[in-house]
Amino acid sequence: MTHTIDWRPSASIETLQQRANIIRQIRDFFYQREVLEVDTPALSHASVTDLHLRAFSTQFNDPGAPKASTLYLQTSPEFAMKRLLCAGSGAIFQLSKAFRNEEAGRWHNPEFTMLEWYRPDFDHFMLMDEMDDLVMPILATGKAQRLTYQQAFMQVLACDPIATDLVELQRLCVELGYAELAVKEDDKDVLLNLLFSQHIEPAISQQQPCFVYDFPASQAALAKLNPEDPRVAQRFELYYKGVELANGFHELSDPQEQRQRFLQDNIKRQQHGLPIIAVDEYFLAALENGLPPCAGVALGVDRLLMLALDCKRVSQVLAFSHTNA
Amino acid sequence: MATIGTNEFKAGLKIMLDGEPTNILENEFVKPGKGQAFSRVRLRKLISNKVLEKTFKSNETFETADVMDVELAYLYSDGEFWHFMNNDTFEQIAADSKALGDNLKWLVENNLCTITLWNGIPITVYPPNFVELEIVQTDPGLKGDTAGTGGKPATLSTGAVVRVPLFVQQGEIVKVDTRSGEYVSRAQK
Repeated sequence: MTHTIDWRPSASIETLQQRANIIRQIRDFFYQREVLEVDTPALSHASVTDLHLRAFSTQFNDPGAPKASTLYLQTSPEFAMKRLLCAGSGAIFQLSKAFRNEEAGRWHNPEFTMLEWYRPDFDHFMLMDEMDDLVMPILATGKAQRLTYQQAFMQVLACDPIATDLVELQRLCVELGYAELAVKEDDKDVLLNLLFSQHIEPAISQQQPCFVYDFPASQAALAKLNPEDPRVAQRFELYYKGVELANGFHELSDPQEQRQRFLQDNIKRQQHGLPIIAVDEYFLAALENGLPPCAGVALGVDRLLMLALDCKRVSQVLAFSHTNA
Repeated sequence: MATIGTNEFKAGLKIMLDGEPTNILENEFVKPGKGQAFSRVRLRKLISNKVLEKTFKSNETFETADVMDVELAYLYSDGEFWHFMNNDTFEQIAADSKALGDNLKWLVENNLCTITLWNGIPITVYPPNFVELEIVQTDPGLKGDTAGTGGKPATLSTGAVVRVPLFVQQGEIVKVDTRSGEYVSRAQK
């Protein structure tokens, strides 16, 4: 039977060599700029509260404890890295595995390589500048274009995503052929996500990479709100050829507001019948101590490799994709 | 009937959509890093035979459709129904003209056809990819034409009309590709 078992790597050895070169190029970039490489835990006691992220969890049988405790595989090393920043690490970067359950497809593998870095005293625009320096040589393109979330929507769909109400948005979705989904959806962000992923992403970034910033405040995640227009948050993403490559923030540092957002997430989780996730008290305690003003970003390394090496599926840049891992 | 989530969709799976059995052709997982996951699905409705694209929220559930393909031999028509038989069990089944649609013109007695059953009832009938039929009417061809420069129409014994090369004559048996409706060759004697 052994001949029917597909034991071979999903990437070619040549691709794995190119992968190694690009990862070394990334590491060299940060070492030259004296950004400290860190290695934070993959397993932790707490996880993210995001409505749309599913963490893997497992039971830890601690020989010194009376009963087993739940540990989560990290969906990104964000909380741990920010705790290092609070402890005075200065600029840091990490290349690590991130794990997300219920994600698999052409662009998704349930475990993937993430590059995450933080820059004290940077805002999100300065971080975009640095991303231009790092990412564009790998993609062999010029600097990325920059659009606000609102501009991108106006340009592609002639619709203002911030001012538009739910009914208007439903009407637009019906016009574009999503009637079944749109008429029963009462969450504006779900419809915005639909339109953004199906229409905006493919349209804005075909020729050159594009940063989109000033996301709606309802999609702020861990970003500061824009002090000049609190309807939007200082969150940005990078797209190229219709693919989401990176997500970054001018980081929220207010522990009270951070706790509020976690609680809001958990209320939404409850409404959707999802388990409540205990908030990460280590992270909140670190914020109490003070997070230096900073910007941070997480970039999907496998996707960067796919685009740089012109691969059609994420499995083509992985030693073993989840189907034969 | 069992239900199934969009996250389990894969090519070949049959679900009920708008009351019609529907075949999944392709399923692409779409997931913004921080947003709702979607499934962009290409599907074929099995009765109307329409191909369409739909986007669903991930984890939306659908009823699976009780649809299966069987190979049955064509027996005869009574004018209203077309009767087929399972050559192993000798069980017979009747299909109506809706299930046959255009494929009616490729039915040849004793040929094995692929019949899609929904809840045990035939909804589509596919003839073999190639059938051999007699030409019952065609104009005499010009002498010397062997390559077939555009050809001429020929009516076959089932009523189907295909273009054949000029050298092919009335009364001959020809092989036709039923998927394209095109002449392939003269049948081997």
